[in-house]
Amino acid sequence: MENKKLYSVAATFDDPNKIMIAADKVSDAGYKKYDVNTPFPLHGMDDAMKLPPSKIGYFTITFGLTGTSLILFFIWWITSVDYPQVIGGKPFFGIPAFIPVTFEATVLLAAIGSALTLIIYFFKFPNNSHPLHDTEYMNAVSSDEYGIYIEAQDEKFDLEGVKSLFNSLGAKKIHEIYYEEEFLTQKFSLFDKKFIIGLVVIAIFTSFSAYMHLNKLLYITPFNWMVEQPKVSAQQASTFFADGFGMRTPAEGTVARGFIPYAFTGKPEEAGKYLSNPLEANERNIDLGKRKYLTFCSPCHGNYGNGESRLNGQFPNGPTLHSDKIVNWPDGQLYHVISEGQNVMPGYSKQATRDERWAIVLYVRTLQRAMNAKESDLK
Amino acid sequence: MSIDFSVEPKIIDGKRSFKEMDNAILDPVDAKVNVKYLMALGLTLTMLFIGAASLGWTFYKGIGVWGNNNPVAWAFDIVNFVFWIGIGHAGTLISAILFLMRQRWRNSIARFAEAMTIFAVITALLFPLIHTGRPWLAAIYLLPYPNQHAVWVNFYSPLLWDVFAVSTYFIVSFIFWYIGLIPDFATMRDRATSKVKKAIYSGLSLGWRFSNRHWQHYEMLYLILAGLSTPLVLSVHTVVSFDFATSVLPGWHTTIFPPYFVAGAVFSGFAMVQNALIVIRKVFDLEELIPIRTLELMNKIIMLTGTMVGYAYGMEFFIAWYSGSKIELFTFVNRAFGPYAWAYWIMFTCNVVSPQLFWVKKFRTSIPIMFVIAVFVNVGMWFERFVIIVTSLNRDFLPSSWAYYRPTMIDFGLLIGSFGLFFTLVLLFAKYVPSISIAEIKAIKDGAQPDHHVLEHANHDDQGHSHNVAANQGANS
Repeated sequence: MENKKLYSVAATFDDPNKIMIAADKVSDAGYKKYDVNTPFPLHGMDDAMKLPPSKIGYFTITFGLTGTSLILFFIWWITSVDYPQVIGGKPFFGIPAFIPVTFEATVLLAAIGSALTLIIYFFKFPNNSHPLHDTEYMNAVSSDEYGIYIEAQDEKFDLEGVKSLFNSLGAKKIHEIYYEEEFLTQKFSLFDKKFIIGLVVIAIFTSFSAYMHLNKLLYITPFNWMVEQPKVSAQQASTFFADGFGMRTPAEGTVARGFIPYAFTGKPEEAGKYLSNPLEANERNIDLGKRKYLTFCSPCHGNYGNGESRLNGQFPNGPTLHSDKIVNWPDGQLYHVISEGQNVMPGYSKQATRDERWAIVLYVRTLQRAMNAKESDLK
Repeated sequence: MSIDFSVEPKIIDGKRSFKEMDNAILDPVDAKVNVKYLMALGLTLTMLFIGAASLGWTFYKGIGVWGNNNPVAWAFDIVNFVFWIGIGHAGTLISAILFLMRQRWRNSIARFAEAMTIFAVITALLFPLIHTGRPWLAAIYLLPYPNQHAVWVNFYSPLLWDVFAVSTYFIVSFIFWYIGLIPDFATMRDRATSKVKKAIYSGLSLGWRFSNRHWQHYEMLYLILAGLSTPLVLSVHTVVSFDFATSVLPGWHTTIFPPYFVAGAVFSGFAMVQNALIVIRKVFDLEELIPIRTLELMNKIIMLTGTMVGYAYGMEFFIAWYSGSKIELFTFVNRAFGPYAWAYWIMFTCNVVSPQLFWVKKFRTSIPIMFVIAVFVNVGMWFERFVIIVTSLNRDFLPSSWAYYRPTMIDFGLLIGSFGLFFTLVLLFAKYVPSISIAEIKAIKDGAQPDHHVLEHANHDDQGHSHNVAANQGANS
């Protein structure tokens, strides 16, 4: 018995009026560390115990206003700073449309904040190792009796005095409540075996489930990010067409849009004789020619057509375009060489459209004139 | 007959002792599951399974398996969402608004209604999610979080307001519900005989000690949460109605929508709570704790809100004509006499005509009659959402694209599944959690509270008597 330490003396009543008077008398007698336990809140008990009004409302309004200002700031930052976008012709920061969200955020933060304040700050919960727990007294007040207790820590506490006070108030039963021995002697060790095993089990479980989620679950139909789609991918046989091809061959004799047969294949002189440039030598066409020339021709023939190849000998250098031979070629022959190629030069009919090739001819003529300008050109 | 209005009628008479009340509420929780319960659970789980199978098929094939077509892009998915959100409104109305109005009879049904709110919102939240088709990729357009696309959600969109409103509503309702449960878990902890149960309830009760120094803050927080929830509950269906009202579609673009939606939500929510309560009080033998008078008062609220909904139907038609807009008028005439006239008249009969029967006292106090009327109300309210959404969409501005919407089997499967989910959760709740708030119901028992002037009689000067009256719920009798 010497290990047991008295926590408090408690009394239970079965009449709500008696507990009111008891609370009133105990507080009048000057006790400070006492409390009333009732299965439901009694009206007027706060007055009988002379408790000041609860201050939790101040927390609520603080949390609520914090919510209001945080969400407004957040919306302002998103809509006006981070990613300003005109939506429906409205200003970036148009308050009326933000009222619903602001209201919800205010209520949300106020409710969560005050509930947590109540539990953690006012109640100091969770706490399941209070001396009152698992006592006959607690079982009575959690169901059908009204109880009051005075702690042994109270300055005015005196065992017999308190008991006789409770008796004089008409207590139904008086309980002495002790600290549990375990409660007084228990120590917590960080390297407890059970604790370590628990940590290991949690670690294994977490890694395993994370692995399964990230590597397996994310790729199971239909959660597979649309990787599986009912279409034919490149290099894949079609299951839809009998021949296994995804593309259909066009019907015999099909002519591609805009296709015009070329009559002078292998006959550069004839092309020079019969073809003429359909494009006007205006700024737009020359500019188009310049872009195409710089793309397709300049690597070998140089940016100015003077044969200054950029290929550093990896491919035979293209000849200059300012030789008399080429200057004297008719437009059609130049066009023919661009389209069909010559010696090691490949044809460019696949890369450049007809008009683009004629535009290149225009640009080559422009270069030839510019690079070999005569005195008279300056007038 | 003369009624003395200065005395509040007794809710729960003093015949049962507190211990007997504990037993009445907690015995079903402590008892082993019986065959009847398992049969009920089997039924709801079957419904849930039908829904899960439909959902699986929807995910596998895509939402093309639904009946939605080109003009009717919103159909069962959004109808069910609005319907279930509406069901969720009764709980907070009962627990918050009636609490602020000192309607003490709400103590015996508040817990159950709050739980139904939470389950209804869970069910409702499912639908906007699955209607995005691939919900596991949906987070980016629902919540504002920094992401690799460097884009944010659109704060001008009512659909986003909806995300905030519904999720806030869910969280706050849950907090309200859990705070209310703490003392009851403590009572269960002290009754528990097995070690496992004791550990679970100790954890859930957080170590509650019924201390009056705690009750004081607890009651203040309860009052504050009620005050926060009251505008919240009104805002939720208002924001849901904005999804429609801020569009420019005739039939949706009306200013009457917010109050009309809120009234409709309370209407259907009360009907659902009343239905479920009738079953629960019968099955768990709680007739004394949920007296017939409570049900009668609920029926009165159903009648009131039903009348408001009926007024809104009439007013919509009047404004459609009065506005002089031919297109607006066409939409409404099309609603009542077009291809979906059958749905409109089912809605009208169920919502406007049937609750008017509650004017007769005999109907409001007869269990079978009120049960049937409440079922009608729920059918009617489901059809109201169907009428608003589908009939406004199926004949749009371009007559060449008019089309008749037909739901598919999968649509019905999801609807059945939503009921399965809701009632499965309700059944599990009724079995494992006290469905009546023990602390609240004890507080309104006759003779549970001290006499009004007990301290003055004990020759005590009563200073500061009034400063905490607001926190004391269900004031003096």
